[in-house]
Order: sequence, then C-alpha cells, then structure tokens
Amino acid sequence: MVVQKTEMLGRDEMPVTVYIPTPFRKLAGNQTHVKTSGDTVGEVLDTLGAQYPSLKHMIYDEDDQIPGHINIYVNNQEIHSLQGKETPVKDGDEMAVIPAIAGGSVGALTPDQVERYSRHIIMPQVGSSGQRKLLEAKVLIVGAGGLGGPAALYLALAGVGTIGIVEFDTVDLSNLQRQVLHQTADVGKRKTESAKETLNAYNPDVNVVIHETPITSDNAMEIIPQYDIVVNGADNFTTRYLVNDAAYFAGKTLVDGSILLFDGQATVFVPGKGCYRCLFPAPPPPGLVPSCAEAGVLGALTGVMGSIQSIETIKQILGIGESLVSRLLIVDALGMEFRVVKLRRDPQCPLCGDNPTVTELIDYEGFCGAPFPGEHVVGAQS
Amino acid sequence: MAIDVRVTANMQKHLGGRSVEANGDNVRDLLADLDQRFPGFHDMVMTDGEIHRFVNVYLNDEDIRFLDQLDTALKDGDVVSILPALAGGS
Repeated sequence: MVVQKTEMLGRDEMPVTVYIPTPFRKLAGNQTHVKTSGDTVGEVLDTLGAQYPSLKHMIYDEDDQIPGHINIYVNNQEIHSLQGKETPVKDGDEMAVIPAIAGGSVGALTPDQVERYSRHIIMPQVGSSGQRKLLEAKVLIVGAGGLGGPAALYLALAGVGTIGIVEFDTVDLSNLQRQVLHQTADVGKRKTESAKETLNAYNPDVNVVIHETPITSDNAMEIIPQYDIVVNGADNFTTRYLVNDAAYFAGKTLVDGSILLFDGQATVFVPGKGCYRCLFPAPPPPGLVPSCAEAGVLGALTGVMGSIQSIETIKQILGIGESLVSRLLIVDALGMEFRVVKLRRDPQCPLCGDNPTVTELIDYEGFCGAPFPGEHVVGAQS
Repeated sequence: MAIDVRVTANMQKHLGGRSVEANGDNVRDLLADLDQRFPGFHDMVMTDGEIHRFVNVYLNDEDIRFLDQLDTALKDGDVVSILPALAGGS
C-alpha cells in the first residue's frame, strides 16, 4: 500500500518531503523522509496519516487537533508563525514533525523516553510536560507486598522518577500467590532488594530508594517528608494509623488501599479533606478483624486495588481527573461490584478536626493494642 | 420496610450471604432485626448500643454518622452497607 501511494505521486500531485524524527520512525516504515502530497500543511498531514495510521495518532489528538507537544515545521519554520494547518506548501518543500523533546531545557525527554512513554505522551492529559512531571515525582510505597507491588510496578512503568520502598520483610513462598514484584527464585531474599531488581528490570530510569526497616514513630517523619506522595500498602492497623498521621503532619497526600478476602477499599487523603481517622476513628481490638494471613485474600484483587492506587497517584502527580479524595471506593470481587460512598472530614477528628488532640506522632502500639510488625518480632508474618 | 443490607466477605458467614433483606424504620431497628435473626451480629457491629468505631454504616452512599446516626430513617428500597475497616495490604 505504501509503494502504491508513493507511485501515485508525481503526475498531478506536488511531492513534499516530510522529515520523520527517530521516535516516530518506526511508525512510518522506518523511513527518515516520507514523500507525500498536498496543497497545505493540513492536507499533507492528512495524506501522511492515511498512509501511516499509527503515526496519525501521534500528530492528531482525539479532537483532530495537533497536540501542544508536536511542532510542525515547513522549511524550518514552525507553522504557528505561518498560517497553521492552512499554510500552503509547494513542490520541493520540506516539512518536519517534531515532538517536543524540549532540547536543552532541564528535564528534557530523551528520544528513548519519548518512545517508551509514547502511549502516555500522546494523550493530551499527559503530554510531554506531564511525562516530565512523572519523571520528577517522588512516591513512597509503604510495604512491597500485595498492594505496594502492583502500585510500584505501574508507577515504575509510567516513569515515576523516584520510588521509595519501606519494607523489612523477606520473600516467603506464600507471598508468590499475589506479590508480583517477587518470583520463585527470590524466596528468602530481602523484599526491598527483590523489588528494586524487578522495578529496574522493567524500567532502568527509575531511582528505587530502599528503606530497609519497619516504618515506626521514630523514622516516619524522616522518611515521609522526602517524598511527594505516599502509597499505603501496609498490612496492619498500627502502621496504617501511623502512616496516616505522619503523612498529615508532613502535608503529604496519602493514597490508601486495603484488602481482605474478596473485598477492597481505596481512597485518597489530602490533608484538610479527611483522613483515615475520619473514616475509621479507632482500630478494632486485636483479633476482631482478621489479617490476610489469618483469613486469606484473592491474589488478583491485590492487583486491582494496587493498580487503582497507582492510577490515583498518577492523577495526583498530573493534576488531572476526579480523584478519590472525599470518596471511598468499595470493591466486592465476588459480586464484582464497584461502589463509591462519601467520605467527609470529621470536625471531631482528633487529628484533622477543628480541635485536634493528636498534634504529634503518638504511641500507635498502645492505640492499636498491637506492635509494629517486624520491630520486636523476628520473622514477623506479612 | 424492605431494606437491602450489604456486608463484606468477612461478615458474610454470619449472615449467610453478601446481601440480606431486613426491616426497620431506622438504622437502629434494622440492626436489631438483623441481630434477632443472626445471633452474634450485634457484637460484630456494636458495643453497648453504639456502632463500633472501626465499622461504618452507609445509607446508600452517605455515612450515617453524618446523617442522624442510629436514628437515620429508612425507606423501602434503601441500600444499607456495613463496612468494617480492613487492614490487609500484603
């Protein structure tokens, strides 16, 4: 078809050469220059798009407009300074389709990055500026397990530049039913090490920062302020209340998720708009609500909920969409129902209410009646 | 008053399913109806006549703490969800 189109040129039509830069070359039959035709820039691009449909998706957005990160040049002049898509072209003109790699500026995307992240970049909600925000973002994952694993994985694939992982545990055979960062050969390894290897194998761009420790009242305010956003994949109430309070004190958004059996819950806490204590003012007495180790959890559900946490994190970084702030998503995997209920800041909340009584990190082990996992017990359950 | 009550998987063993029909003009009566039919239900959800602080009850999509709490009125066709905190993450 390409050959036919090229052969059709020449009699009546005006051949225009379009330069295709490296990131788009695969989409245009690996050609550096494509000869095509048209009387205006718009017509040339339409012909080019008809020849190479996947290239068309790069040069036109869903409204058939040229997206902001794509510049079109005619004989080295950008068309915005000419007549835009109506700019006339004539025989022998050379056009170029150049994605904003922002040559020279800080945080410029490399051609490899433009290609790697092209499916994100072509979406107007992301674009190359959004991709740079992702590359500059720092996200802390609490727990490299069922939720933290898929959350970290999709954030790494998306090019989130710095991913911190707080985890103290080692990989156990029983983790492999759901924890996607770890594989059979990793059993016995530190989870942080296994997680870093996996994330970097997927995307070497990502700076994976390891915090090889349980998160506790002693270190939470050192670790959390180093990041922009916290993703909670903790597996116990003691850590959940601590991370909630520490994220609030540090002024950080907390992307929360939890699972048990076939149920999942997810929400986003932005300081001042409700917190985990507004949602659940106090933890259950130890033993009343079982853990996943005691009751079980559907492995694939951890993937759904962790992915949802990564989506909410990406939306926060990009500042797009309607987040789960002030809403709690309830997922019932058995009935396969997704429901959303309202979540409000409680004026009585001891942390973020009108008259707070919790003004610094407290004794969470006393509050929850259970120790931080891993702090006192060697070989603690995950 | 036929109210559709939804619970999580870790409560379903007490009610025999994820969703049961129950009766009550308000949330208090509804929970009493459930407790009468499903022994042990009260302790799972309440202490001394108040809902546990780690359990939320929603009328449709609103937390009853921000409505009239246990006195929140119910009508035919309402959906009441009982949602305990979950801690699982690994």
